[in-house]
Amino acid sequence: MRCADGSKATRFWNLKVTDRLTHGRRMMSLVSAQSVNKVYRNGEVEVAAVKSADFEIEPGSFVSFVGPSGSGKSTLLNLIGCLDRPTSGDLRVVDTDVAALDRKTAAAFRAQHIGFIFQDFNLIPVLTAAENVEYPLLMVQNWPVARRRKRVGEMLEAVDIMAQADKYPDQLSGGQKQRVAVARALATRAKLILADEPTANLDHTTAYRIIDLMKRMRDEFGSTFIFSTHDPKIMEAAEMIFTLEDGKVGPAERSESHG
Amino acid sequence: MGRVFKIAARNLLRYRRRTLLTTMLITIGVVAMLLFVSASGSFKAMMVGQITDSMLGHLQIHKKGYVSSIDSLPLTMNMKGDVARKIEDTLDKRDNVEAWSPRIKLGAMFSNYAETTSIRINGVDPEREVATCPDLRDRIIAGETEPLVERGKILIPELIAKGLKVEPGAAVVLVATNKDGSVNGINFVVQGVLEGISGPGGRDGYMHIDDARELLRMEDKEISEIVVRLKDPKKLEQALADFEATLSSLTNQEGKPILEIHGWEKLSPFAAIAKMIDLMTLFIKIMLVSIVLISVMNVMIMAVYERIREIGTIAAMGTQPGSILQLFIAEGLLLGLLGAAIGTLLSVLIIQVLQKAELTFSFGRQTGLVLYPVVQPADVILASVMVVVVAVLASLQPAWKASRMDPIDALRHV
Ligand SMILES: Nc1ncnc2c1ncn2[C@@H]1O[C@H](COP(=O)(O)OP(=O)(O)OP(=O)(O)O)[C@@H](O)[C@H]1O
Ligand SMILES: [Mg+2]
Repeated sequence: MRCADGSKATRFWNLKVTDRLTHGRRMMSLVSAQSVNKVYRNGEVEVAAVKSADFEIEPGSFVSFVGPSGSGKSTLLNLIGCLDRPTSGDLRVVDTDVAALDRKTAAAFRAQHIGFIFQDFNLIPVLTAAENVEYPLLMVQNWPVARRRKRVGEMLEAVDIMAQADKYPDQLSGGQKQRVAVARALATRAKLILADEPTANLDHTTAYRIIDLMKRMRDEFGSTFIFSTHDPKIMEAAEMIFTLEDGKVGPAERSESHG
Repeated sequence: MGRVFKIAARNLLRYRRRTLLTTMLITIGVVAMLLFVSASGSFKAMMVGQITDSMLGHLQIHKKGYVSSIDSLPLTMNMKGDVARKIEDTLDKRDNVEAWSPRIKLGAMFSNYAETTSIRINGVDPEREVATCPDLRDRIIAGETEPLVERGKILIPELIAKGLKVEPGAAVVLVATNKDGSVNGINFVVQGVLEGISGPGGRDGYMHIDDARELLRMEDKEISEIVVRLKDPKKLEQALADFEATLSSLTNQEGKPILEIHGWEKLSPFAAIAKMIDLMTLFIKIMLVSIVLISVMNVMIMAVYERIREIGTIAAMGTQPGSILQLFIAEGLLLGLLGAAIGTLLSVLIIQVLQKAELTFSFGRQTGLVLYPVVQPADVILASVMVVVVAVLASLQPAWKASRMDPIDALRHV
């Protein structure tokens, strides 16, 4: 199903309208890829990082992309996150044609619909934990102060980091930082949370806790989580797994532990 | 906007030493400019004030050609009485004129009955002269100052008083040749001694205009020059143009204007020094601009480079390029504001110390001139605006680069 807002004229407010439409019509897929290719060109050399990818991801899923280094996980997540555009194929995210977004509309789209969790946490070092969570509400979505405070409180509570609210990132442990990052990604209640190797810099126990937290957040807020990992054990935590190999996306597998 | 500045300020604090160094550089630039401008400005104002208020007035009117042969004080080039009256009528009607004073300038032999020297004399109407050159009286370093000069008395320049060892009260004789070549001598009493100042006429003596006429046996009320004091010296150019236009109606038989008008700048070599000072001020301003430009740009380029991953992060989160631009420009702006504020504060302090210290200096033959620097609010505003504007301009390019960054590239940056 196509949407008029997939055009270049897509704007912040239009996206909101699309949003409601989406809910109204009960869309089947949140992310839908059909023969998506991504080719990097470095002069004469061409690297096909994603090859003819076909997949669908439903709202509320807890999905993992798994594959060895260089298999194209980051490339795929960047495409889904509207940070990059496919070389060819049809990629729709929240009913929007990713290829049709330009720099500004892509930024507005991400601001509205997508939250990011990074491997290196990427908190803003000059802002406290609470201010980091507040950032997207303040600098990106421009919420009024009272609403902002309330939401920040909720989020810190949800990821159980309230006690660290006024600490700066360099005063937090890796696990705590990633909790703050999860809270930040969800602060705007983004429909889609993308996490490229969110646990790669954490020890096993902490890694599981973060994945567990993400799942709880999915349960609580209904956001869709897509994360990538090369760790088979972490992979097991996902409900749906796509295996990537040399740029090719395998068929969706239901995780055993989730039957 | 406040949020942008909060983040910018925190980032400046994060690199405290670098911020401090840059601020210091800007501060030094601001202090250098304000100190120079205030010191040179007050020196200029003092010298100009002295020249115009005790000697030249703001502008002078002569018969055409007089100024170019002023060294010989040619009596043949005086303005006739009727011409003088016409000029005076015109001046009286102008409301930009505060006062005017007619002068007869002459050269004479000065003798104390033991020695003889030559002297240049201004014959003046004491009241008009004081109104036109109010500081002239301050230059009387010995003898009576009230009235400026009595009939039968003269004010002699310091040089002659010293050279011929003449003191106030001494009887002297002045001998002058008039226009027709006949010689006349009159006895005078020295009323006072005038301090010499730099520039033409700075070492002239003064006598009453009627005494000058008597010495020169003038029948007509002719004069050598009319000195004009304006209400607003800053409007000199306007006044010159206005008088030029009005007085050019006074013509000779061939229809050529018979008068010439000069502003004080054309009459005093100090105008060239004043121009030099202005030029140096310009250089100092260029230096300040360069300091701010280079130091802020340097810091901002580093700031952007160090924060590429942060930029990638906030860009990925959907921060619009415009907001990223603002974040970095705000940082440059704050640096500029900080430097301007500290620089201004420091300058005001230093200047106050200098005022207390009452530093003296010499200029030409004049010694013991007190340097009294004054900061003009206009200079402070100019310096601050310059610094802030240049700081913003300097951060424009790095900030623009940051706002244009591709989030993926930025996030991958190590
Ligand atoms: N900007 C680029 N230019 C050229 N080639 C690229 C670029 N980005 C990625 N690639 C290539 O695309 C392929 C997929 O890279 P990608 O980063 O998506 O892999 P990955 O699965 O995320 O690997 P890792 O687990 O190491 O993060 C690799 O062969 C990589 O070299
Ligand atoms: Mg990767």
